[in-house]
Amino acid sequence: MTLAAASDGWLWWPWVRDHTDDIVAALREHVELTVVAVVAGLVVSLPLAVAAHRWRWLRGPTLVVAGILYTIPSLAAFALLIPYTGLSRTTALLPLVTYTLFILVRAVLTGLDGVDRAVLDAADGMGYRRWRRLVRVELPLALPSIVAGLRLATVTTVGLVTVTSLITYGGLGQLIYEGFGRNFRTPVTVGVVLSVALAVVLDLLITGGARVAMPWTRRRS
Amino acid sequence: MSFHGDVADWFADPARWSGPSGVPNRLWEHLLISGMAVGVAVVVGLPVAAWLGHQRRFGTLAMNVSNVGRAIPSFALLVLGAQLWGISELVWGLPTAALVALVLLALPPIVTNTYVGLAEVDDGIRDAARGMGMTSLQALWRAELPVAAPMVMNGVRVATLQVIATAGLAAVVAFGGLGRYIVDGIATRRFPQVFAGAVLVAGLALAAELVLSGLQRVATPKGVRLARRPIRKETPA
Repeated sequence: MTLAAASDGWLWWPWVRDHTDDIVAALREHVELTVVAVVAGLVVSLPLAVAAHRWRWLRGPTLVVAGILYTIPSLAAFALLIPYTGLSRTTALLPLVTYTLFILVRAVLTGLDGVDRAVLDAADGMGYRRWRRLVRVELPLALPSIVAGLRLATVTTVGLVTVTSLITYGGLGQLIYEGFGRNFRTPVTVGVVLSVALAVVLDLLITGGARVAMPWTRRRS
Repeated sequence: MSFHGDVADWFADPARWSGPSGVPNRLWEHLLISGMAVGVAVVVGLPVAAWLGHQRRFGTLAMNVSNVGRAIPSFALLVLGAQLWGISELVWGLPTAALVALVLLALPPIVTNTYVGLAEVDDGIRDAARGMGMTSLQALWRAELPVAAPMVMNGVRVATLQVIATAGLAAVVAFGGLGRYIVDGIATRRFPQVFAGAVLVAGLALAAELVLSGLQRVATPKGVRLARRPIRKETPA
């Protein structure tokens, strides 16, 4: 901290070397918050979207509620939770999860809506029952749309996690916030570069995973 | 009970409703910087994106700009702005750092939606406009833009909501606005004030969403509105 005044540049390597542990810890926290939020969001969204797909009347209310939650600015969402859950990990995670809901529910619904009627008839003709048809036919065909939703949700969440630094969780946001507070650029640079890199890497991982999971979407040679 | 009582007391205090740190002034600051940021982004981004979409050129560039924009956290943009311009420099009476960050944030949704809206205008409509003797610019202005209006307005709506949300966050670096209550409240552990500020910020965002989706409906030409439904059903989602 005393070294802060020694540098005016964007990146001062000695600080990075001395704080590798802190940086790795911040990165790990960022990854954890992102992954937990997106996975929890998917676990909640899938049944919600499937229900809204099957029972039409559920569709409007589901999308409206998710839309309202999505519209509340993240700063306000964290602040609204403080009286109930304090400055805790739960306060950081809950809004992160609710933000993914809107993106993911819409993505799953779009995917399910796009399944060709003829495919469903064929599945029925082959004797598929409702649940089996859903799991074996409809959801796999909805995967491209679900994956697109997952990518958007993940990149968005990586950005939102930085905001949680205001309530003392925040992964890389913590580096940005502290660097700003101490008027020392290096942590800011490290935090920004790593969070952008993290968004890109997670995006590539999802795209890569999707290619493996959906061999039929690969171009036929 | 007592906590919510404290929040109610916060709102009931007459001191909240006047002066530079009163709610009316904070709300005005918030609306002013948001309006300016979206205004600048519309003036700069919309004509360029509309022209490129009309020409159907540089599509990948337009998409990449918006993808990169999405990967940079809005919080990081604010702090970077503060690093570049400091926290006291002003432009048009507004903090430069916050305004630049908000403009950069507003640009991607406006550019992408405008570009896609215009690039996806039906070929038949473009050809008909040209066939009626319109020049390229006339076709853009009188045929393509009205058809693309809902999409363009959607971009403006998304940008505005994002800017309003981030203007609250700007209190961390260099700005008043409604976020001040939250940021200062957290720093001084005055949680009723934090909660009250959060209610105000959330209320403003929801109100803006209502107004803007109304505007989006109004901006859609009647003919496009009527044509929309049957067309939508036939396009695979």
